[in-house]
Amino acid sequence: MNWTLALPEVVLACCGMAILVLGVLMKRDSFQLCSMITVGAFLLAAMLVVAGAPGIGFHGQFTSDSFSGFVKLLVLVASAFGVIASFDYNAHANLRRFEFPVLILFATVGMMLMASASNLMTLYVGLELQSLSIYVLAAFARDELRSSEAGLKYFVLGSLASGLLLYGISLVYGFSGSMQFDRLAAALSDPATASPGLIVGIVFVVAGLAFKVSAVPFHMWTPDVYEGAPTPVTLLMGTAPKVAAMALLVRAMATPFGHLLVHWQQLIVLVSIASMILGSLAAIGQTNIKRLMAYSSIGHMGYVLIGLAAGTPVGIRGVLIYLVTYVFMNAGTFACILAMRRKGVALEKISDLSGLGKTDPVLAMWLAVFMFSMAGIPPFSGFWGKYFIFTAAVQSGLWALAVIGVLTSVIGAFYYIRIIKVMYFDAAAESFDARPASLSVLAGVSGLFTTLFFVFPAPIVGAAEAAAKVLFG
Amino acid sequence: MTMSTTGATAMAGGTEMLAVSLYHYLVVSALLLVMGIFGIFLNRKNVIVILMSIELILLAANLNLVAFSAVLGDLVGQIFVMFTLTVAAAEAAIGLAIVVIYFRNRGSIQVEDVNLMKG
Repeated sequence: MNWTLALPEVVLACCGMAILVLGVLMKRDSFQLCSMITVGAFLLAAMLVVAGAPGIGFHGQFTSDSFSGFVKLLVLVASAFGVIASFDYNAHANLRRFEFPVLILFATVGMMLMASASNLMTLYVGLELQSLSIYVLAAFARDELRSSEAGLKYFVLGSLASGLLLYGISLVYGFSGSMQFDRLAAALSDPATASPGLIVGIVFVVAGLAFKVSAVPFHMWTPDVYEGAPTPVTLLMGTAPKVAAMALLVRAMATPFGHLLVHWQQLIVLVSIASMILGSLAAIGQTNIKRLMAYSSIGHMGYVLIGLAAGTPVGIRGVLIYLVTYVFMNAGTFACILAMRRKGVALEKISDLSGLGKTDPVLAMWLAVFMFSMAGIPPFSGFWGKYFIFTAAVQSGLWALAVIGVLTSVIGAFYYIRIIKVMYFDAAAESFDARPASLSVLAGVSGLFTTLFFVFPAPIVGAAEAAAKVLFG
Repeated sequence: MTMSTTGATAMAGGTEMLAVSLYHYLVVSALLLVMGIFGIFLNRKNVIVILMSIELILLAANLNLVAFSAVLGDLVGQIFVMFTLTVAAAEAAIGLAIVVIYFRNRGSIQVEDVNLMKG
């Protein structure tokens, strides 16, 4: 048994427990120190992921390959952004408790486990570790009604989704005789002999995972939870768990159920179309920017699912590239939202941004970059994500999906560009408080990545291509 | 498939001797699942009932896993149930904790009162 394959997860989990002990033993305020150590632990885990060798360990339960490595690095970056974003916010909101970074850390361990799962059991345990930590994080502002309501809603609907996923797993196990991805793939090599019970099981599994990526029709929780949760938690929820759940969905669909493409492709196509349409239409009437970002993320997940529906290595490559660009532009946008603060009070209305172009040109510029990128306007990274996805769809003959994708991104451009209009053409309001350095760095790094992606796409595209090939190898 | 033949023999044996076969387990667990889902969506009273419904759904899946494990002669299903029970315990603890802080802020755990944010 080769346990060193899981070294990044083991080290990260040990760091989590050490930070917990440190936080309990330290008498004075330990939030800042614990957060710093958490970011350091993420860095260490990322180095271990890069240095790790590929292989299968723990009796086939755990796979380490270039796909899992790619996803883990992205998850670690997104989680580190979440911790950095919390420095300033938690100080203002009186949430300086050391459990906060520790919960993010354990959620990250769960997400890394999800990326490496090659058995339905590992899949479930990783997903639950991630979900349970994030339920608590959503309700972290425990004296605030909106946060506890968000936590309650997320918990109830999330547990329902986990239950459906588990029921689906039990059916898949019963009707195929194994939980191991490679054995499932061998047992299910002929789509014609797939039993109805197995198909029902796959539908339940897809429904459970669609909830975690907030794809329509399992998106109901997203706007409420995004709005109510503390903003750094919203940043985290919008990036890292989406990446991990999408990676899990991709691996589950491509490896064990890969031969059953004819059975699940229609399902993914329908979910994708519904997500893109809802994401672009429902966001138009929103006045709260966190709610708007919730609908925007539903739409983005619709685009990502196009790549999965294509069911080819090119499609999966598109999925991974899109996820990279999505994480950076989403984290950057939330860094800008976190910087919206007047006299110490956090603001969430789109109208609060009016005249930002005059009062804070740098922040307005970065937010404009992220909005243009999300709308898919070249040369920003969002355009390239969409480009790779739509190319894959056309190559697989999914013309309808590509056309609907382009149409909905045109509709979606309306509400992204409305924010830019509010910032640059509306009467200037009172200026925001001085920005803390952590948010400037976050917005700057994400902004530079989003702007300059087209200059150096080769390493990311190459890594995504290698990662996608592994799943079909 | 081996599964369906085992199931069919169990079914035939079941009708003759009125023994409990795999299909009985599957039907019971499907009923539990449906009751759980209806308990969440049709319940207009209390959040605690929702927590109970969630447990019901998890138990439906557990029943399925154990039944399949026995029929397949494969222990993996039963090992999985051990994990699921642990996760369910953690989930119940977190769920109750969230309900407690919600009650502290709102003064009620009626489902119709969970309506601060609407979309």
